[in-house]
Amino acid sequence: MMKRFMERGWRSVVAILLVIVFWESTVRIFSIEEWLLPTPSAIVRELFAVWPTFYPHLLSTLLLAVLGFLIGALFGLTVAMVLHSFDKVRETIYPFLILSQNIPIIVLAPLLVIWFGFGTLPKFIIITIACFFPITISTLGGLQQTNRELSHYMLMMGASKREMFWKLELPDAIPSILSGLKIAATYSVMAAVVSEWLGAQQGIGVFMTIATSSYKTPRVFVAIIVTMLLSFLFFSVILLIEKLLKRFVVRGGA
Amino acid sequence: MGLSIQGIQKSFDEKVILDGVTFDVQDGEFVSLIGPSGSGKSTLFGIIGGLLEPEAGDITMAGTSIVNERGHISYMPQQDALFPWRTILDNVVLGQELHGKVDKTQAKEMLEFAGLGDVIYAYPHQLSGGMKQRASFIRALLSPQSVLCLDEPFSALDEFTRLDMQKWLLKTWEAHRQSILFITHSIEEALFLSDKIVILTNSPAKVKEVIDVPFARPRDESLLLTEEFLIWKRKVLDLVAKRAV
Repeated sequence: MMKRFMERGWRSVVAILLVIVFWESTVRIFSIEEWLLPTPSAIVRELFAVWPTFYPHLLSTLLLAVLGFLIGALFGLTVAMVLHSFDKVRETIYPFLILSQNIPIIVLAPLLVIWFGFGTLPKFIIITIACFFPITISTLGGLQQTNRELSHYMLMMGASKREMFWKLELPDAIPSILSGLKIAATYSVMAAVVSEWLGAQQGIGVFMTIATSSYKTPRVFVAIIVTMLLSFLFFSVILLIEKLLKRFVVRGGA
Repeated sequence: MGLSIQGIQKSFDEKVILDGVTFDVQDGEFVSLIGPSGSGKSTLFGIIGGLLEPEAGDITMAGTSIVNERGHISYMPQQDALFPWRTILDNVVLGQELHGKVDKTQAKEMLEFAGLGDVIYAYPHQLSGGMKQRASFIRALLSPQSVLCLDEPFSALDEFTRLDMQKWLLKTWEAHRQSILFITHSIEEALFLSDKIVILTNSPAKVKEVIDVPFARPRDESLLLTEEFLIWKRKVLDLVAKRAV
């Protein structure tokens, strides 16, 4: 694992380092004001300085994102299974799923606050809307494209609908489900931060809003970079799960 | 009394595919079904398996009609159709999972006997084509149904592997003696393996001839080169080539 990372990952690491060096030197050479664009080193300094007050915000967002992701994933998987099992429902609902993704969250968020108040419910709704879609679409795709030879065998052997689902369709769809989860995992952090703009007690979103309105740009960057790292962490967790489910993902040559 | 196919009639879009196909598979009998490709052999399997509905005719097993009912036969497809996420052991007990009880001890014994003892816990993609077909046959044998339907199981294998597999199949089958209905388009394969050969005509498929194969069991590959085998091969070839009247 580590060796493979060293073999393939070094290019990305070098690229990131180059970007940081370029950024740092440009800001210094043109002596750009800190409130306009801080240097990477200033951002790191700010991170350490602000950490004790930032830390509770981070935890709060982390919790919100994890819970939101789990709710969204559960919802997404359930919707996919229902749509897979009932053809008529699928044909009726599918357009609405796509429409649900065309609602701008920035507009929806204040409405949700009007309807549901400042509690956690509207936040979870926002994260769920962001997360469920990639999961539903890819899971449904996986379930609908079951290996034909395997399903012919199961039908000839007289497998029931339930056996078809649990023994064949669901395990066969695991690679698709995992790719949906990967996309949703990265969305969930972003959606959590956006949902906190609506008025939360704490969270990276709150921290970000306060920092922006007082022109503390290095702090805004701290929030942005931590959000990105958090997304990356979520993504890595799903990759880890993928490794654990290797036998469902590795299919070998035909 | 095993499987009895009686006057099966089936057409797709006005085109008659099966026209009154009738034959029997007795208990413990190995019956091969030969005919040109596209002669509706797989359609017949679909009907026996209960996936397709015949327009007329009946299929009985031990005297009871099983038309439009699924789960009465055990099946081995052309491609191995092993589940890639299951180990070989978990694959061969799949038929038992669907009907009846899982018996892993018996499954392990069968796999040992089939020369798959070393790969019990391997995954299908780690096996060669011949090994996968063996596992697929073991899966069909272990399923609790008494009649096995084999759909051109060796057609995807190379010549050398195929002969090995035929010998292996004979040996395994002679030890178990289940009723087998075997689709093939190889006359030699049909003569070498079966007790009875049902020859189908092409579009629409009718039973042209039923031949009782006279060779004594147990058989081995030396049979393939005997005078008698070649005479029978010529005879079947003539029958297949002869146009239906």
